[in-house]
Amino acid sequence: MAGDILVVVEHEGGTAKRTSLEALTAARALGGSITAFVAGEGASDAAAACGAHGAETVLTSDVDIASRPAWAEAIANAAKARSSKAVLLSNTAVGKDLGPRIGGLLDVGVASDCIELHTDGDSIVARRPVFAGKALVNVTGSGSTMVATLRPNAFGVSEGAAAGNVEAFSTDAPTKGLGAVLRDIVAAAEKKIELTEANVVVSGGRGMKGPENFHLIEELAAAFGGAVGASRAVVDAGWRPHSEQVGQTGKTVSPTLYIAVGISGAIQHLAGMRTSKFIVAINKDAEAPIFKVADYGIVGDAFEVVPAMTKAVQELKAQV
Amino acid sequence: MKIMVCVKRVPATDSRIKIAADGTSLDTTSIEWIVSPYDEFALEQALQIKDADADTEVVIVSLAPAAATKELRTCLAMGADSAIHIKDDQANTRDAFTTASALADAIRDAGADLILCGKMAVDHDQGQVGTLLAYKLDLPCVTEVRDLKIDGNEVIAERAGGGGTKETYAVPLPAVLTVTKGDKEPRYANLKGIMKAKKKPIEELEAAAGADHMTVKVMELPPERPAGRIVGEGVDAVSEVMRLLREEAKVL
Ligand SMILES: Cc1cc2nc3c(=O)[nH]c(=O)nc-3n(C[C@H](O)[C@H](O)[C@H](O)COP(=O)(O)OP(=O)(O)OC[C@H]3O[C@@H](n4cnc5c(N)ncnc54)[C@H](O)[C@@H]3O)c2cc1C
Ligand SMILES: Nc1ncnc2c1ncn2[C@@H]1O[C@H](COP(=O)(O)O)[C@@H](O)[C@H]1O
Repeated sequence: MAGDILVVVEHEGGTAKRTSLEALTAARALGGSITAFVAGEGASDAAAACGAHGAETVLTSDVDIASRPAWAEAIANAAKARSSKAVLLSNTAVGKDLGPRIGGLLDVGVASDCIELHTDGDSIVARRPVFAGKALVNVTGSGSTMVATLRPNAFGVSEGAAAGNVEAFSTDAPTKGLGAVLRDIVAAAEKKIELTEANVVVSGGRGMKGPENFHLIEELAAAFGGAVGASRAVVDAGWRPHSEQVGQTGKTVSPTLYIAVGISGAIQHLAGMRTSKFIVAINKDAEAPIFKVADYGIVGDAFEVVPAMTKAVQELKAQV
Repeated sequence: MKIMVCVKRVPATDSRIKIAADGTSLDTTSIEWIVSPYDEFALEQALQIKDADADTEVVIVSLAPAAATKELRTCLAMGADSAIHIKDDQANTRDAFTTASALADAIRDAGADLILCGKMAVDHDQGQVGTLLAYKLDLPCVTEVRDLKIDGNEVIAERAGGGGTKETYAVPLPAVLTVTKGDKEPRYANLKGIMKAKKKPIEELEAAAGADHMTVKVMELPPERPAGRIVGEGVDAVSEVMRLLREEAKVL
């Protein structure tokens, strides 16, 4: 496919996020030339990684990324300036918010949470789950630009160097969707791995008996370097925050490894994790529906099995 | 204060999904419909504002098939004052862009100080209509709001930022917010509410014919996961699972 693909690259202090490298990798598979859009402090430090993953051009923007409307408008302007055929973002907290704003500005719809992209002649086709993953659709847009957000962990990362020419993209004063003023940010007590981006997720359910036992889940997650999730039963009971809920009315995760502990496996929970590459279930009831989707099931008491597994992972990691 | 709550009817979350003969849409023959759960959270936020200030008017707006009034009555029974039903028999397959256009037209005509949407409708799982609506109406927008309160001419909205942060926005009215689950559990409609709802007005509008931007080319069921497998019982099974994770899954 000829034409430009604009990839919005998120970074932390100049280190491009893995999800953004996935988006660059996905863009390469579409053909055409790739432009990375990087904003925020340290943007130019992320340029090398963008080039290494296929960006011909890296646009660095000094737009104030604390303002989502302004950020979205700068991206939309870049897409217009380069007549981009697609704008790709990651379906992260940031990308989920920016995507529809860019759609609003370009007057097109958005393909959200895509798990595959391909071309069909001159148009881009996006594959995305609907009905909480109980079906999949292939969609294509009729507008001149396709805006798509990509599900973390669904695309993989590979290198493919391109020129990576850095250009400063000057941003006009934003005009749209302003008015919301960020008054206050309360930092997290400790920096956590984003649930939706984690490579390993360990989730606890009602089988954990109470909030005081979740340290077992946290310790197993920490041993893997992963994130903690929860079932809705546990969130509704106030044991864990809603930000940790996995499922149809929580987050959708697709990690390499998902460990469900004391979770029965209700259809609404499966909706949020069934596309994980490997699923381990620990449940004392051999008839629990979670075992129907678990690659590796252990029938047993979480209070015995989880600490044993934590220890095993720690020992293994200590060896390497 | 007039609050508009955008509500979509969606298949119940435990529905079995079957693909229609056209190969691009849901077979709706045996589907049970519900109000999308996040829209109930949005409605609850609106009703709590009304509880505190009786001058508040809560209006439901929905793009839905002509025959689909049950979900509107449910919202009225929960406590909304009236509803606007934009009739469209294709509502369930409309793309976000067309849906947002239809809602924007109705809201522009009716006027509103605050517009609340769910963060996403749990059918096509898009999470776009609220934001697109805000841009069509040229209003500020904050997404995935956990809690909100009115403060004079502003709405104070709290959301989870990335990495466990909490962000608080002050947004001048009128504004569009998309609502996610917070601490406010949606109320149930009681018998009195259900009786009252029967007399509450539902204004009917015809949806303007518009072409979708985004076309579904195919809808398919996902590949089946291989059947689950129980490795063993209790602590004794841990070492075998560790071996499988290392050698078969290669995640360690
Ligand atoms: C509209 C709607 C939306 C929903 N959205 C979601 C959603 O997003 N996410 C979600 O998770 N749910 C959701 N649900 C709820 C869902 O239907 C289930 O009620 C919920 O997932 C159950 O949580 P659970 O598995 O933790 O609890 P339970 O179903 O009570 O299961 C607890 C499990 O723990 C096991 N257990 C008990 N003790 C031990 C022990 N010592 N060791 C090991 N195992 C033990 C038991 O055998 C049991 O299988 C939704 C429901 C509805 C109607
Ligand atoms: N047909 C509809 N009628 C009314 N509101 C809708 C409709 N579709 C979407 N919405 C609103 O927009 C939100 C996001 O929907 P979506 O972008 O489809 O995930 C929903 O939670 C509703 O508040």
